[in-house]
Amino acid sequence: MPLALAAILLGVLAGGPWLPQWAMFIVTVAFARGLVALGLMLLLRAGLVSFGQALYFCLGAYAAGALGRFLGIGDIALEMLAGGAVAALAAFVLGFLLARYRGIFFGLLSLALSMILYGLLVKNEALGSTDGFNILRSTLFGIRPGADWVRYTVMGCAAVVSVGAALVVHRYLQTPLGRLAPAIKDNEIRVEYMGASARYAVHVKYVIAAALAGVGGALAATTVGHIDPDMAYWTSSGEFIFIAILGGTSNVVAPFAAALLYGLIHTTAYDLSPNTWQMSLGIALLLLIVFLPQGLFGRLGWR
Amino acid sequence: MKIVNVTHGSFYALGAYAGASLTGVWLARGFPAPLSYLVLLVAAVAITLVFAPAIERGILRFMYAKDEVVILLITYALFLILEDVIKLIWGVNPYFIAEPYALLGSFQVAGMAYPTYNLLLVGLAVVFGGGLAWFLAGTRTGKLLRAVIHDPEVSRAMGVNVERFYLVTFTFGSLLAALAGAYTAPTVSVVPGLGVEVIVLSFAVVVIGGLGSLPGAALGAVIVGIVRSLSVHYLPQVELFVIYFVMAMVLALRPRGLFSLEEPRRI
Amino acid sequence: MAVILSARGLCKNFGAVSAAAEVNAAIERDSVVGLIGTNGAGKTTFINMITGYLKPDRGTIEFEGRDITPLAPRDITRLGICRSFQIPQLYGSLSVFDNMMVALGVVLANARRGGFFSRGDPLVPGFEAPAEEAAARMLGRFGLAEYRDRNAHALPGGVRKLLDIALAMVARPRILLLDEPTSGVSAAEKFGIMQMVLEAVRAEGATVLFVEHDMEVVARFAQRVLAFYDGRIIADAAPQVALADPEVKRYVVGRHA
Repeated sequence: MPLALAAILLGVLAGGPWLPQWAMFIVTVAFARGLVALGLMLLLRAGLVSFGQALYFCLGAYAAGALGRFLGIGDIALEMLAGGAVAALAAFVLGFLLARYRGIFFGLLSLALSMILYGLLVKNEALGSTDGFNILRSTLFGIRPGADWVRYTVMGCAAVVSVGAALVVHRYLQTPLGRLAPAIKDNEIRVEYMGASARYAVHVKYVIAAALAGVGGALAATTVGHIDPDMAYWTSSGEFIFIAILGGTSNVVAPFAAALLYGLIHTTAYDLSPNTWQMSLGIALLLLIVFLPQGLFGRLGWR
Repeated sequence: MKIVNVTHGSFYALGAYAGASLTGVWLARGFPAPLSYLVLLVAAVAITLVFAPAIERGILRFMYAKDEVVILLITYALFLILEDVIKLIWGVNPYFIAEPYALLGSFQVAGMAYPTYNLLLVGLAVVFGGGLAWFLAGTRTGKLLRAVIHDPEVSRAMGVNVERFYLVTFTFGSLLAALAGAYTAPTVSVVPGLGVEVIVLSFAVVVIGGLGSLPGAALGAVIVGIVRSLSVHYLPQVELFVIYFVMAMVLALRPRGLFSLEEPRRI
Repeated sequence: MAVILSARGLCKNFGAVSAAAEVNAAIERDSVVGLIGTNGAGKTTFINMITGYLKPDRGTIEFEGRDITPLAPRDITRLGICRSFQIPQLYGSLSVFDNMMVALGVVLANARRGGFFSRGDPLVPGFEAPAEEAAARMLGRFGLAEYRDRNAHALPGGVRKLLDIALAMVARPRILLLDEPTSGVSAAEKFGIMQMVLEAVRAEGATVLFVEHDMEVVARFAQRVLAFYDGRIIADAAPQVALADPEVKRYVVGRHA
């Protein structure tokens, strides 16, 4: 796996300069969404579906944006750091509540929290309410890339961070705590009786997933250039869930591949019929669940 | 029914839209306004009968054996689909039908004008809530239903038509949601997104009241309603937030909710 | 012999049902104790209270002199008290081998080995071998090797029981509580299973309490018998004595046994 990831990273960095701008945009957004889906995958393995991952995605985006808006900082690395940190902190606190719950409770509670953020942001004038605001022009470690190179720089950062995150998650899943996920899903009582705390394990996974989503949000914001409350809307969470299910839970590359696929489909289909996009998504999700419950890349990795 | 139903919110929205549009048409054609209350009822029933059996028979029926997570995702997918179906049928512009609401006027309570329509809503809630409770506890079919929910395998072995129970229960549950939507329609503007709002709120209600408990749901609804009104009055920005704060408090202090029917897992 | 576990004045009521009424018991180190009684007599409640799944209304439980009454199941497990279950609690969608790996993983984690930053293959305490090898060893010891790759939910009843017990033993407990270890097992296999389990356990030097309905198994393997009835212990003696006790015969064994 580390080899595969390294190959991907090299591929993106080396081949990047030859890609047209729109392709770089799609790839970067795929990395951003893939990060969120990677986190979702962690939770899914433990049997938990978060219907509100957009909460952290949005928090990450706004954290990145706030750096620019209030502190005049446009550094990509700092933006991602801020996004991840803010999201992780929020998840740490919220996790005390959420880690106790499973199934529908967990799902709807997470949904509700994301909708609360949406509500708060929409009514907040300082952050632009429904219009949101634009993000500052990107720099990296103090260097301001030339206009043609901005997209490449962001994409490069996205690739590095994503591969890094994938490696971390991959390693985590080989540790005893990481292996606990399917056990928690199957028989939590036995887990407790073995001497492990399911709640602690879930809390940790929740924070990791949130941090990933936060970094993803910061990346998305940087590459799109604009932040608004819709990033926290429930439909946004729906996209991430779809990508996570599409990818399946068996290996760390799947979420990113699925995100790329999703991005390509979304771009084409949305232009064709914006009003039925959600329905198409819903139908596709149904079909996936029924016919491809392991996702597209189902059998390629761990159990 | 031990399946978790995000689609419930869709039926609320469906009921609201159906009620609003049918009543709109009714009133536009000059039919008597007082009958609009009946129109709302008819709309809710009709829309439920169109969608609920189809969903249950066509999709859900095959899914009961699956994982809880899978069922959750399926009802979520259905929710996504129905949101757009609603947009396709009724468009994205808001619907307003104020007549049924305005018709009943208001009456004076403690120096403030209180809309009579709201009494109607309360009355409906009491009637349906009480009726359901009586049905579950007092009638033979109601008790059978509880048995089926508790253990479908055994019930099936005893000759109960479990499939038919599921169909009827799902339909009836959806009908309640649709009725709620239809009768709430005159008090709000019916827009896309109605479904999500209501899911989020009813979840708070159920958590506060305790899962599986009818009196709990009633109490939870009252609490949420009061908290919401108070917050809208004093601090509108934090309306949803306050409700969830209350819910978090309840979860922290009494995780089963106020009246839950929790059974410890037998080992 | 030293007392390793003592229960004093345990009381537990579920509404009008008295599952435990002033239960007192002192279990000696390295002993093998059989718990008998009809269904509902309070045996499983007793075990549930010891392992922290239920909290007694009154009374205390002490393990090696330390009060463990308020502790959660996972803390009690970490102290060295493990149990198996009447209905085997397995990870259904995982293979037998993976079930074992999860159990070993928890042991590693509790010993602070095998974490995110550790290198190579950490050794599981008690086995002094990497997890995979330890898993293979355990499966071999319990005769489960041939089921290694089968999913837990697809196992025959007796095998599920064995796996359930094996999982409980991974943590090298000092006290092992077995809840009906031979129920659901064919008559021919019962003795064999108990023999296998007890040999494995005694090799570690552990104290065993087992709930059993089959009096022959009890007579053969228990050094001491606690007979439960209606939430009380009505006999506490060596098997020959306890099984001959008139009250025990009346309420538990049957008069003509």
